[in-house]
Amino acid sequence: MPLIAIEDVKKRYGDNEVLKGIRLSVDAGEVIAIIGKSGSGKSTLLRCINGLETIDEGSISVAGAYLGTSELELKTLRLKVGMIFQQFNLFPHLSVGRNVMISPMIVKGTSEAEARELAKKNLERVGLGMKFDAFPDQLSGGQQQRVAIARALSMQPQALLCDEITSALDPELVNEVLAVVRSLADDGMTLLMVTHEMRFAREVCDRVVFMHQGKVHEIGPPEELFANPQTPELQQFLGMTH
Amino acid sequence: MISFSLWDIVRNLLLAGRWTVLLSLATFVLGSVVGMIILFARISKRPALQRAAKLYIEVFQGTPLLMQLFLIFFGLALFGLEVPAWLAAGLALTLWSASFLAEIWRGCVDAIPRGQWEASSVLAMGHLQQMRHIILPQALRIAIPPTVGFGVQVIKGTAVTSIIGFVELSKAGTVITNATFMPFTVFAVVGLFYFALCWPLSKYSQFLERKFNAAHRH
Amino acid sequence: MAYHFDFLAAFDYTDVLVKGVLTTVELIAIGGVAGIAVGIFGAWARTQGPRWLKPIVSGYVELIRNTPFLVQLFFIFFGLPSLGVQISEMQAAILTMVINLGAYSTEIVRAGVNAISRGQMEAALSLSMSRVQAFRHIILRPALQKIWPALSSQIVIVMLGSAVCSQIAVEELSFAANFIQGRNFRAFEAYLLATAIYLAMAILLRQLLRLIGDKFIFARRAS
Repeated sequence: MPLIAIEDVKKRYGDNEVLKGIRLSVDAGEVIAIIGKSGSGKSTLLRCINGLETIDEGSISVAGAYLGTSELELKTLRLKVGMIFQQFNLFPHLSVGRNVMISPMIVKGTSEAEARELAKKNLERVGLGMKFDAFPDQLSGGQQQRVAIARALSMQPQALLCDEITSALDPELVNEVLAVVRSLADDGMTLLMVTHEMRFAREVCDRVVFMHQGKVHEIGPPEELFANPQTPELQQFLGMTH
Repeated sequence: MISFSLWDIVRNLLLAGRWTVLLSLATFVLGSVVGMIILFARISKRPALQRAAKLYIEVFQGTPLLMQLFLIFFGLALFGLEVPAWLAAGLALTLWSASFLAEIWRGCVDAIPRGQWEASSVLAMGHLQQMRHIILPQALRIAIPPTVGFGVQVIKGTAVTSIIGFVELSKAGTVITNATFMPFTVFAVVGLFYFALCWPLSKYSQFLERKFNAAHRH
Repeated sequence: MAYHFDFLAAFDYTDVLVKGVLTTVELIAIGGVAGIAVGIFGAWARTQGPRWLKPIVSGYVELIRNTPFLVQLFFIFFGLPSLGVQISEMQAAILTMVINLGAYSTEIVRAGVNAISRGQMEAALSLSMSRVQAFRHIILRPALQKIWPALSSQIVIVMLGSAVCSQIAVEELSFAANFIQGRNFRAFEAYLLATAIYLAMAILLRQLLRLIGDKFIFARRAS
């Protein structure tokens, strides 16, 4: 039974159909990279999985929780799958520690002491334990993104959605974030990553999904996909990025 | 004819000025309370509440304060109530300022980047939790300069209450002018007193705005 | 409650109401146009003007923006005659509105001018325009585009503020309401009617200003 099940998902913006029938199953512990040109629908797909965008047809479920429109359904879904954003979106008025603590405390009712312990542990895990009392504007982009990862982890999700999480970083900071993601993968976290980092996809991912014009165009293990692209669109895309 | 010294004029105006200050403070405090309620209605997800708030703001911002004052003064009298001028004045100014404050604060809430709403919603926070912990703390901080600036409008707004007989600075000016036949001097001093109250507040609001913009560059 | 509302009573005085509305329109039409003109001049003075003019304009702006319109009105209408200046109530009302709107407009237009990048003026000067020509042909219109909504709001605020001109016996809309309730003793109905008319005028004025903006400020000139 797959952890994430996406069945025949279609989505329109006005007259423009951005998702034209997506079917994808993700098993627990899998690391999936989603690649494609801008406009292919990859970020939209990701944002549908945790309900930031609505879908017009089809269904999405994570660990048995189906994507719905009521606040309760959305909350149940979001407790199972977390998200990391391209722009980090840390809360500027809260310290790093409080950024990580706040949601467990107010959503899950965790006590402050417990939340603090959990926060410290997750910040250590991403290598930022010493920055507990710092504020987001005192950190570099790479550090902020790692805090965002710790924040998502504190809700103990079963899967993480990563929406181009290194695209807004200066090149020298990309690796520290990817190292954290690799360690999450090694620990068995289920990951769905929209990314342009092809080398990372090749080394860490179990499967790569190539999206084109709102459909899953090709899908397979990275060795096969990158070595033998079957369709001209993927060949062109890979030619573009090498 | 008795002649009046400048000091006579100034002294009497100062005494009346107390009421201007008091009314302004009361208006600001009560207006903030009502304004906060209107704000929550304005940004609520329930269409009925939103529409009611929009209507309230549209009416109070789209009609003269003087008319609002008269309506409350004469309206309450219809119910057989003996409404003293200060009560009608306070009530009218409160409702009037609430509409402006709600709009100012709504602008500040709208200015919070969407990413903050998204990040807090993917952490499974509900709407009220998002407002209370993430959005409002940030919005209210950027609301401070324009809110302080609005205090200046409140002080100037109290002048209109002289028309229903509330004895504050402007009314005193009229009364003293009638007694002294020195309108130029009297109203010049009245103007200077308002200036003395408003200008520091204006400058402070500008200072806060600069400080906030500077703090936001990093 | 034994009070019976009688809204129709006010309509016996339709002619008074119409005169009131027309007078209000006259006040804001003249006051608005002249006020914006003063604002444009003030903005020019504060950004490009000679050094001695800047503090005068600043002083004017600070003084007007930190004192109530009512006090400004009384000062001009009651104060000026004691200096020997003869002024009718209508003239006093319009003058006060122009001075008042002029101060606020100066700040609003100035914000628009400051938002225009310096490169625009530099390009104009490199093309041998004088600073005044550059201001008039290159800077002003983009500046007005940026701040037209804010300026429109201020004009509506001044129109609503004109209600206090009734206090110096200008026969505008509030005065009409005062007059009517003085005759038929139905104060609430008279003021409610006047308030409704003000609201309608405010909405119409906003629409009108938007149309003016679309036609004159924002229109792209192909020539």
